[in-house]
Amino acid sequence: MNAPQKQDGFQVVGTRPVRPDGVDKVTGKALYGTDFKAPGMLQGAVLRSPHPHARIRAIDTRKAEALPGVKAVVTGRDFPSLQSLIMAVGESASDIVHVARNCLALDKVLYEGHAVAAVAATSPEIAREAAALIEVDYEVLPHVLGLEEALADDAPLLHDDVFTKGVSPRPDKPSNASMRVEMGKGDVDAALAGAAVVVSGRYTMEPVHQGYIEPHACVASWNADGQAQIWCSSQGHFAIRSLTASTLGIPQADIRVTPLEIGGGFGGKTTVYLEPVAMLLSRKAGRPVRLAMSREDVFRASGPAPGAVIDVRIGADADGMLVAAEVDFKYHSGAYPAITAHSGVSSAVGHYRIANTRLIGWEVLCNRPATKAYRAPGAPQVNFAVESAIDEIAGKLGMDPLELRLKNAVAPGDPQTSGVPFGMIGWIECLEAARAHPHWSAPLGPNQGRGVAGGYWGNYGGPSTASVSLGEDGSVLVTTGSPDIGGSRAAMAIMAAEVLEVPYEKVRCTIADTASIGFSMVTGGSRVTFATGKAVVDAANMVKDTLRERAARMWGVAAADVEWRDGAAHCTGGDKAGESMAIGTIAARAIFAGGPVSAEAAINAAGWLPGFGVHICDTEVDAETGQVRVVRYTAIQDVGRAIHPDYVEGQMQGGAVQGIGWALNETYIYNAQGKLDNPGFLDYRMPVASDVPMIDTVMVEVPNPDHPFGVKGVGEVPIVPPLAAVANAVARATGVRMHDLPLSPDRVYAALHPEG
Amino acid sequence: MTATAYHAPETIEQAVALLAGNPSARPLSGGTDLIVQMRSGRIAPAAVIDLKRIAGLSGVRRVGDGFAIGAATPCTALKDHAELAAAWPGVVEAANLIGSVQVRNRATMAGNLCNASPAADSVPALVAANATCLIAGPDGQREVPVAAIPQAPGRTSLAPGEFLVEIRLPARGVGDGDAYLRSIPRTEMDIAVVGAGANLTVDAEGRCTAARIALGAVAPTVVLVADAGAALVGSRFDDAAFAALAEAVKAACHPIDDKRGTIAYRKAMAAVLARRVVLTALKRAGAAA
Ligand SMILES: Cc1cc2nc3c(=O)[nH]c(=O)nc-3n(C[C@H](O)[C@H](O)[C@H](O)COP(=O)(O)OP(=O)(O)OC[C@H]3O[C@@H](n4cnc5c(N)ncnc54)[C@H](O)[C@@H]3O)c2cc1C
Repeated sequence: MNAPQKQDGFQVVGTRPVRPDGVDKVTGKALYGTDFKAPGMLQGAVLRSPHPHARIRAIDTRKAEALPGVKAVVTGRDFPSLQSLIMAVGESASDIVHVARNCLALDKVLYEGHAVAAVAATSPEIAREAAALIEVDYEVLPHVLGLEEALADDAPLLHDDVFTKGVSPRPDKPSNASMRVEMGKGDVDAALAGAAVVVSGRYTMEPVHQGYIEPHACVASWNADGQAQIWCSSQGHFAIRSLTASTLGIPQADIRVTPLEIGGGFGGKTTVYLEPVAMLLSRKAGRPVRLAMSREDVFRASGPAPGAVIDVRIGADADGMLVAAEVDFKYHSGAYPAITAHSGVSSAVGHYRIANTRLIGWEVLCNRPATKAYRAPGAPQVNFAVESAIDEIAGKLGMDPLELRLKNAVAPGDPQTSGVPFGMIGWIECLEAARAHPHWSAPLGPNQGRGVAGGYWGNYGGPSTASVSLGEDGSVLVTTGSPDIGGSRAAMAIMAAEVLEVPYEKVRCTIADTASIGFSMVTGGSRVTFATGKAVVDAANMVKDTLRERAARMWGVAAADVEWRDGAAHCTGGDKAGESMAIGTIAARAIFAGGPVSAEAAINAAGWLPGFGVHICDTEVDAETGQVRVVRYTAIQDVGRAIHPDYVEGQMQGGAVQGIGWALNETYIYNAQGKLDNPGFLDYRMPVASDVPMIDTVMVEVPNPDHPFGVKGVGEVPIVPPLAAVANAVARATGVRMHDLPLSPDRVYAALHPEG
Repeated sequence: MTATAYHAPETIEQAVALLAGNPSARPLSGGTDLIVQMRSGRIAPAAVIDLKRIAGLSGVRRVGDGFAIGAATPCTALKDHAELAAAWPGVVEAANLIGSVQVRNRATMAGNLCNASPAADSVPALVAANATCLIAGPDGQREVPVAAIPQAPGRTSLAPGEFLVEIRLPARGVGDGDAYLRSIPRTEMDIAVVGAGANLTVDAEGRCTAARIALGAVAPTVVLVADAGAALVGSRFDDAAFAALAEAVKAACHPIDDKRGTIAYRKAMAAVLARRVVLTALKRAGAAA
């Protein structure tokens, strides 16, 4: 790995201390979703639909209720009647009516695995047995899984109250196309007609799952007085609170949500599946209730990333300047409307200067689980098509694919797809770092090919609250409301330590429940180190100011005569000039001289910047079997500034590996009956350790001027380029361009042996 | 809801009695198939009969010039037995492709065989090796070829009350070599799309004097491809022999189209793997000659 350059002027930022939550996690003490127990807790089970599309005529729960040990049974009818209300939580926005219906179906089931009823009982076995005793009378309806099929005139309609958004005039008939997004500029057709080279192609893929290791789980306890508690693992307990309160029609202040450790989310844990149902069961039973998904449930009923059909046409002049791009894609929304097409459109070709663009995205309803955010939601799919096409242009022009990208790369000040100019982005620096990297010029072995691809993600800021307070001994407590998925406790502690100029080990970081700290948006959008980090820095600065004032008061000098250095106040004027007072001394006395030292910052963080990445991939293809082996991989990324470089590199490596899995073997497989055929890690093939080489990383640091330490979001960018980087490497190894993911051995074999 | 009883008998007779007395009881070796199937609800046996405590059921023994492998011996232990690994490298490598290190520290070849999956990795290698199994049951003990055990996916020829005591491998001589190869989409933790085992004898002139080729995952049970062996016997492994091998292998495949592979891909891979596995076995036979 690449050690960062010495961070000039920083003491703690850029160092690699052990994460504060590490020991608990590696010794098995950390409490994850199913580790939490409440006294008197019941165990829940969910009955799920065997049909991909059916009307629920009736549900008979009497046999289940009669089973000894069963304390409550609920169905969709136990939700209050709800008015349509769009709620945005992080990277997605949903109508709360749909959120509630997804938790428990009401009139129709819309996918195999859709929850229809739930039971709470004294043991998990009794709960499962009772769930199996629930009789559901279904009227089975024709189902539709494919994007093109769902848009056909005679396709089965999922919702009769969804009209395509984004087309005018407003359609008068409901449709499975829930949304159309279009952006662009110039005259694409004329520019393509005049281009020296035009490439076009259709690219496809099925949905893929985030593959977090921990299935969804929660415990809910709802008292007769209306007050409730929820303990769960999620990417945002405030989002769990708002979605649960809205779907149940109760005040947010009546629900206190305590975050448990989270075993991965990648965007998939930004919504509720179980919490409102556990609440309903708990209210009926009068006891706390645990609900937990199995791995099969996770695959059948939690949100994957959309599959796609993407049509691309891109043209360039003879010098390799891109003149026009047309991208028209369709994404699965699954059972309920999604908004992923927005970011697909805005990120499709935004990394290039192209005068003429037509970018159209469709959201398409079909009988699959509702799609959810997955790391840079909506970007990898369309990037795969665009970066494959760019590679083809380089091939046709006989140009080096990095040179072609450099020639067309956007720089600070260039307009984004939205028209707003880019700030201090580091895309060109990444491309130059790739060109200079030894990997780019290393010799290739037989049957090997080298691919490169680049891409970006917009990142986000938004609302966060953080507090910093001192113990009487001067140790520092940082409290946030941002669940730690990627090492953010360490990053928060580093930033507070940097501001207060104390050792990292003096700072401890807690993620507080919804009643103990103000609102924070979800851990998503690569926002936490940027936005929550900004709040931590603000609060730490307030604490530092307070410490200087207190020291000044103790010395009887003006605050202006006190300087903060090395974790101590130093008197620079008056008769105490030259004296100093350490943080511990001030803290001990401050309690009785002005009160405890504590500050809270509640901000809406602006000034976030997009992150760019370039990935280089070498593959070796066994033409006789179609096996593709990734033999070398380098991920290069503008990270702004790495607060904790290990965790930044970890994000880059993790994103690259997930992208490699997406490219090579991961895919949902539905059978003709509309049932998922691979709801487990045996046949849903994520990479295992031996499938991937060491992922080399290069952190390019172009600091963000709008963050005190220069942070840019880093978590999502690295899943954007791998799909095309792998596909381009396979194309160069074999001479055959493949348009359909995954590039599994049977497909590669078929492409290389068209004769059969 | 029915609870499952757990028994850990210490003699073969006790185990037979427990199994014979309860038609839904299942033997348990490593449990890496059985427990998974119980958890998923696919099976609900009234009792599991753990074989690991029975004396002699764990470990590898020399029997004359051959080997007897106790039915409860985990795959990892096969690799650690230097003589076995030198004599039957193909069988040992097949057993040590199963799952991961953790799985192999529990999983056994007997369980692999009696689970009767068409894709079981050790089975083509055992069939190519002409291995037999010793079976204990209410009527005493009998010895049958490994190939006689699987009848259909999930079904064996074992009668009620019967279980495998050991797997026996014959003696090895000069010019013998075996090998196993499988095709999987990943590099580990996967299920064979096609598996191929080869067991050859080569004379001092490099001529094939005996060859057994067995395929997994291309039919409801393991297939011993007699024509494939015949294609090699008498040859010096020339192109014509390999061409005949490929044709014989393809003709013997009756695979299904499923999520793990198409018929066309499985047939093509069977031919590729058969050639590659023969080349590896040949190298080992040459080293032994
Ligand atoms: C993660 C994972 C990965 C895997 N990967 C592979 C793989 O790559 N290749 C592969 O082939 N398999 C694989 N398997 C399946 C399994 O591990 C193997 O089939 C293994 O060899 C089974 O052996 P066992 O001792 O665990 O069998 P058990 O689970 O103990 O038994 C399997 C079956 O055989 C019966 N049985 C057991 N012992 C006897 C006996 N002595 N006499 C009669 N019947 C008996 C049991 O009742 C049961 O029906 C995998 C399993 C897991 C969980």
